[in-house]
Amino acid sequence: MISTQTQPTKLTFDVVKIRKDFPILSQQVHGKALVYLDNAATSQKPQVVIDSLVRYYTEFNSNVHRGVHLLSEQATKAYEESRVKVQRYINAKRSEEIIFTRGTTEGINLVAQSFGRANIHEGDEIIISGMEHHSNIVPWQMLCAEKKATLRVIPIDDNGEIILDEYVKLFNDKTRFAAYTHVSNALGTVNPIKHMIETAHAHNVPVLIDGAQAIPHLRIDVQELDYDFYVFSSHKMFGPTGIGVVYGKKSLLETMPPYQGGGDMIKSVTFEKTIYNDLPYKFEAGTPNIADTIAFGVAIDYLNSLDFEAIHDYEQELLEYATEKLSTVNGLTIIGTAREKAGVVSFTLDGIHPHDIGTILDTEGIAIRTGHHCAQLVMQRFCVPATARASFAFYNTKNEIDALVDGINKVKEIFS
Amino acid sequence: MNPELKELYQEVILDHNKSPRNFRVMEDADRKIEGFNPLCGDHYVVYLKVRDGVVQDLSFTGSGCAISKASASVMSSIVKGKSVQEAELLFEKFHQLVMGDLNGEANAESLGKLIAFAGVSEFPARVKCASLAWHTLHTALTSNEEQVSTE
Repeated sequence: MISTQTQPTKLTFDVVKIRKDFPILSQQVHGKALVYLDNAATSQKPQVVIDSLVRYYTEFNSNVHRGVHLLSEQATKAYEESRVKVQRYINAKRSEEIIFTRGTTEGINLVAQSFGRANIHEGDEIIISGMEHHSNIVPWQMLCAEKKATLRVIPIDDNGEIILDEYVKLFNDKTRFAAYTHVSNALGTVNPIKHMIETAHAHNVPVLIDGAQAIPHLRIDVQELDYDFYVFSSHKMFGPTGIGVVYGKKSLLETMPPYQGGGDMIKSVTFEKTIYNDLPYKFEAGTPNIADTIAFGVAIDYLNSLDFEAIHDYEQELLEYATEKLSTVNGLTIIGTAREKAGVVSFTLDGIHPHDIGTILDTEGIAIRTGHHCAQLVMQRFCVPATARASFAFYNTKNEIDALVDGINKVKEIFS
Repeated sequence: MNPELKELYQEVILDHNKSPRNFRVMEDADRKIEGFNPLCGDHYVVYLKVRDGVVQDLSFTGSGCAISKASASVMSSIVKGKSVQEAELLFEKFHQLVMGDLNGEANAESLGKLIAFAGVSEFPARVKCASLAWHTLHTALTSNEEQVSTE
């Protein structure tokens, strides 16, 4: 353990110091030190993010955009600063291309209901992949049902990788849209998104990328890969819940009708006619989630304060270590063995249901996720009812992975 | 092992999980009903033969976690030979047991082997696992539905 930490390439990243930024990590659960390995579900929050929430409600709680008083001006300024922070973080060209939503799910629904309802017609086809989270299946199914359109699904292979030859074959003159995940929440697969977008664009098909699982692990540059829509959530990137983003190209967003009607999304309302507001406000009806949006900006500041390359290398090292250690456990099968993966190890144990694994690990203070991870189609593909999933963030350690392996051995003892 | 965990995974439960009783398809069943917990993928089919208000035969197939499988197995062996009313009463008591609402020694004694599931009440997330087969049986005894889901 110590020897790997003294290798020169790892010097830029001090996990002991980083862990101190996250107060929850020093907590005990069932009398044991918490080992939090459920980061793909939600990540923990650094103290600066927690402080930001307290500060907003203590010092300048006020509604945005409408008030002429000082507190409202302060709240508006901080809220709009968060938008610019997001814009810079993903290298969007303009801040009005950043639409705040409640999260990734609402973001996908926004695109399906606004862009989709305006552009998808009877007989059209939408392509998704066989490794989607339910939130990137159901909104498109709903749209297809309404418009009498068809959903086409990209198959995945035994390693959990998209079969690119099959993907290319799905395109035809009826294809109007494509939506797929950047990183699979159930398998950890990092998809070859650049190549996939190029293929879609060659057929003039716009693409939505579900970035919920990618953005905590990968550097995202929306201009570099020419994303049309990129959606993600704050709570998986060390910010609060209840706030997420739709990045959309301005040229596309401008053509789209509003998703919800109400205050702030209008310029003027008469009983005869409403004139909609400009981007991004056209898509942000009602009082937004102000405190969490501001704290989201603070989470981005926090991420910017870290060495991203070092984090990425460290997370890959954790993933490799976990894969290697878990592979040595008899009867354990890893589901999802793609060549390129991000921070997720899903597994099954012979003869022991994942829920029993989860309960027993919990009593050891180890939090993992068990179940179908809202990816029932992935479970069907691999013929398992559920998996146990350990997912990592940069504050996890190799010691915690050792604790996981010890815990799994205890599970096996109980069931022996 | 942590004491709550020991209470949850008692020998009876581990044994019934490993060798479930009445684990078979019943070709001439009166009722065949599916029980499903979409959250964890637990999925069972309960087969039932009732004659003159008495559960003559009860069997099940399917898969799921240790708690759900052991519960289905213990249920099948306890309910067999009981009247429909007695089975319904046991269902109620079992539900109270896993919810931690069962009061009194007399009640506990009448549960027999089912008392092995008392530890479930310390694990709220596992109550649905323990009660899936029972809900399925209850539905089979009281309605014409063909499927029951705990979600």
